[in-house]
Amino acid sequence: MAIGNRGWALWLSALLAIAGGSLAAIGWSQDSAQDPVAEYRAMMGDDNPAVFAEDRGKELWNTAQAGGKTLAATCDLGLGVGKTRGAYAALPRYFKDTGKVQDLEARVVTCLSRLGADTATLVGKRFGDGSESELESLTAYLVEQSRGVPMAVALSHPQERKAYDLGKAIFYYRAGTHDFSCATCHSQAGKRIRLQMLPDLATPEGARAAYTTWPAYRISQGEVRTMEWRLADCFRQQRLPELEYGSPAAVALTMFLAKSADGGVLAAPGLKR
Amino acid sequence: MADPMKIRAALNGDVVEVKALMAHPMETGLRKGSDGKLVPAHYIETVKVACNGREVLSADWGPAVSKNPFLALRFKGGKAGDKVSITWTDSAGESRTDEVAIG
Ligand code: HEC
Repeated sequence: MAIGNRGWALWLSALLAIAGGSLAAIGWSQDSAQDPVAEYRAMMGDDNPAVFAEDRGKELWNTAQAGGKTLAATCDLGLGVGKTRGAYAALPRYFKDTGKVQDLEARVVTCLSRLGADTATLVGKRFGDGSESELESLTAYLVEQSRGVPMAVALSHPQERKAYDLGKAIFYYRAGTHDFSCATCHSQAGKRIRLQMLPDLATPEGARAAYTTWPAYRISQGEVRTMEWRLADCFRQQRLPELEYGSPAAVALTMFLAKSADGGVLAAPGLKR
Repeated sequence: MADPMKIRAALNGDVVEVKALMAHPMETGLRKGSDGKLVPAHYIETVKVACNGREVLSADWGPAVSKNPFLALRFKGGKAGDKVSITWTDSAGESRTDEVAIG
């Protein structure tokens, strides 16, 4: 090929100028990237299709499982058996009966398995085939029960403190083919990938905005997705090994984010791209 | 049977504002499931909105409308207490009607 390095460079800058020009012309600047979704949300107002999942979750919570008992009569989310209002705002937390720190999803799985549900299948399919499982419906309902409640994770038990520290370590740990950490994508203001704004999760404001709006109905998928799903999808974007559902790593990261969002008023299930 | 629609109808001056969420898969027929097979088409084809039995909107929909569709409309001539009813019919011949009183 006769074209020299300099020729390529000229070519490239010409192309960039065209790309830059057309992007500017349609107004996709760094900070207005999120506007279409914001407009979409404004149009929907208080209407969020997550409400259908919430209804199904509520029914499941009150329906007798295989063993004849309901979750409502047996499941303790930390505030006492059957108490749902505000429970999500204090999760993850340490549970004496399991000897573990659990987030909402892990706790729901524990409660379901005690009633004889096939939780192995449930957990096996969770990030998979796109259809709503009991886990999505139940978390949608239980999270909705804390709407308007400020996040208040205690961190009073040593295990809770340990989970937080582990979650923070993972957040800043660089690994994978790209040598990224969560912080690589999530610790600067006003940055984006494609057209998605990258929330700055290292600030209380950013962490609150993100945490209080998950789980969420994903418009692009037509499904409610859970917080652990969000984390698993970022593991994928980071090229890390698959995040295991309910694993110490998943709960620890959730703990770190939940504590970082302290005081943020819950508005979930949210509505996301 | 599909889940009930969530409908709100509010009077704002002389305009009735209706907002409705419908639970429907809206399958295009072009998507493959996790088993690699095409998921059969299944989408809403017609939507009719009536106020006390009088038609105020009639729409033809198709596979390009999203899953769990949201519909908002405004019309004049309704008063508080009137019944707004919405009916959809889909490509599988299923149909659902729900109604709400204007508040
Ligand atoms: C390669 C960049 C990248 C990395 C690395 C990454 N994320 Fe993300 N993350 C994104 C993008 C992009 C979005 C927004 C996606 C969207 O809008 O659909 C996002 C969204 C999120 C959200 C939801 C924010 C909101 O407001 O809805 C959370 C929480 C999150 N990431 C946490 C993490 C954690 C924890 C890690 C580390 C395990 C991580 N991310 C690693 C790119 C990344």
